[in-house]
Amino acid sequence: MLVLLEPQFWRLKCKAYIKKENSKGRATDMSEEGSKKEFWRWDEYNWHDPDKDPKEAEILSAGVDVGSVSSQAVILADGELYAVANMRTGHNSPDSAKRAMNWALEGTGLKLEDIHYIVGTGYGRLRVPFANRAVTEIACHARGANFMYGPTVRTVMDMGGQDLKVIRCDERGKVISFSMNEKCAAGTGRGMEVIADLLRIPITEIGDLSLQVDEDPPAISNVCVLFAKTEVMGMLYENVPVNVILAAYTSAMAERVAAQVKEVGVEKDFVITGGIAKNRGVVERLERFLGVKSLKTDIDYQIAGALGAALFARVLYQKSLKKK
Amino acid sequence: MIVGGIDVGAKNAKVVIMQDDEVLGKSIGAMEIDRKKSVRSVFERCLSELGINEKDLKYIVATGVGGSIVDFADKVATIVSCDARGITRLYPTVRTVIDVGANESRAIKCDAEGKVRDFAVNEKCAAGAGAFVEAMARALEVSLEDFANLSLRSTKSIPINAQCVIFAESEVVSLIHEDTDRDDICRAVHDAMAGRIAAMARRVRIEKDVAFIGGVAFNKGMVESLRRELESELKGSDFIIPEDPEFVGALGAAVLAFEM
Repeated sequence: MLVLLEPQFWRLKCKAYIKKENSKGRATDMSEEGSKKEFWRWDEYNWHDPDKDPKEAEILSAGVDVGSVSSQAVILADGELYAVANMRTGHNSPDSAKRAMNWALEGTGLKLEDIHYIVGTGYGRLRVPFANRAVTEIACHARGANFMYGPTVRTVMDMGGQDLKVIRCDERGKVISFSMNEKCAAGTGRGMEVIADLLRIPITEIGDLSLQVDEDPPAISNVCVLFAKTEVMGMLYENVPVNVILAAYTSAMAERVAAQVKEVGVEKDFVITGGIAKNRGVVERLERFLGVKSLKTDIDYQIAGALGAALFARVLYQKSLKKK
Repeated sequence: MIVGGIDVGAKNAKVVIMQDDEVLGKSIGAMEIDRKKSVRSVFERCLSELGINEKDLKYIVATGVGGSIVDFADKVATIVSCDARGITRLYPTVRTVIDVGANESRAIKCDAEGKVRDFAVNEKCAAGAGAFVEAMARALEVSLEDFANLSLRSTKSIPINAQCVIFAESEVVSLIHEDTDRDDICRAVHDAMAGRIAAMARRVRIEKDVAFIGGVAFNKGMVESLRRELESELKGSDFIIPEDPEFVGALGAAVLAFEM
């Protein structure tokens, strides 16, 4: 376990993998000159369905999921996906909620006041200033997954930025039981970001690169991400190719996560939500360790929580109408 | 009889050379990428400073997380037994040793002869080790020395909720953005780590006297936070912190070599 704080030597080794900087020139906390690119950064986006006229919708409901790493806003028009925004969480939860919501509304012609009911969820759910209600992310992920993958879903694994949840649910997306790890970065998206930054490889390419090996190398032995970083630096020094290192890291992550899923038990159908679901390297290895395939969908895996919140918002609004 | 003790840690290698019951000299050096070479160079530096030949050494005992890479050692001993041996040679009244290194931390209960009665180790998670403070000092952009001193100036205790170093880093960044006083953040980091070390130490049932060793014992802010945390166990007394807290393991190894 050698400790190396000087990054010069691995920078040389990774040179071949350094991609051209993208246009998003954001402020960076990396201290070295000339390395403005943030390799951990995934694509932020907003989208709305141009074929739908939201003004015609009877109920406009929205969900905002303020996670520890990413924030999403989803707007539903009569229970159908209408607009989405997915971005990085800032240092201030209320601000992040507002920015995500405004970005989802952008270009739709809608204003915040036009939305009938808004539910906040996620780590910062109690600090969504414009929300009518807060619902836990466990409930929202189960509900969202039910919408995204259909009523056959029984086990939802949410691999988020800072925690890992395994949720068992019924055919209506109601939570039966769950287990959660929020203590340790190993097995979370944040841990993957640290490795992306260290190896200077865009996080979106890690999954594919990690699969470009003939057979999986032994997994990284350290659990702690901080120690794993040191182990990775040692591998670079020994001229281990970057795709092999990534295979070793993603294997370790999948092994760790699989152990937790097995505690709760996997019942089919099995789905993975959250940012890590976009990493093929982790998903395919996890499927192999668990001996079960996960369902796939066209909807962004990262919005499951916000989508579930928006579905709750719709139901809650209907209930509030009945009371009147 | 001249003997040597070598403690190969995660960050530094420590060498102690003894003649009979007397310490002749000691050296410390950073572990670089080539670990065998790093150990060798610290060892050779120590010998040349003393002006003695490697052939004059009767026995060499290696210990520490990298003890097994020392191919010129006669024996490899566990760091737990070396810590216990080393501390009781310096302070025979010590019954509990808390050793906090760069990557690992340990609490060891021992008797007057330096025999190990019980121990607890954390080697899986950086949260209870020196690497935690280093990472936080980097996030705050202050040197380790300043980090310890700033912490001593703080009068306010604020909790850090995250256990994981990676998450704690984000939490510290949020504290910086909330314009929290830097002194208080430094103390918060030490308090959080002290809590973790104390929890580990309590697993062996702390008995007086208590010694604090390892490189982290140099950090006065950490010592203060741990003292506060273990107030009830220390019952008005203080930690024993040896003059060279990072050499205790190597000293213990040398003592074991002498006994061979």
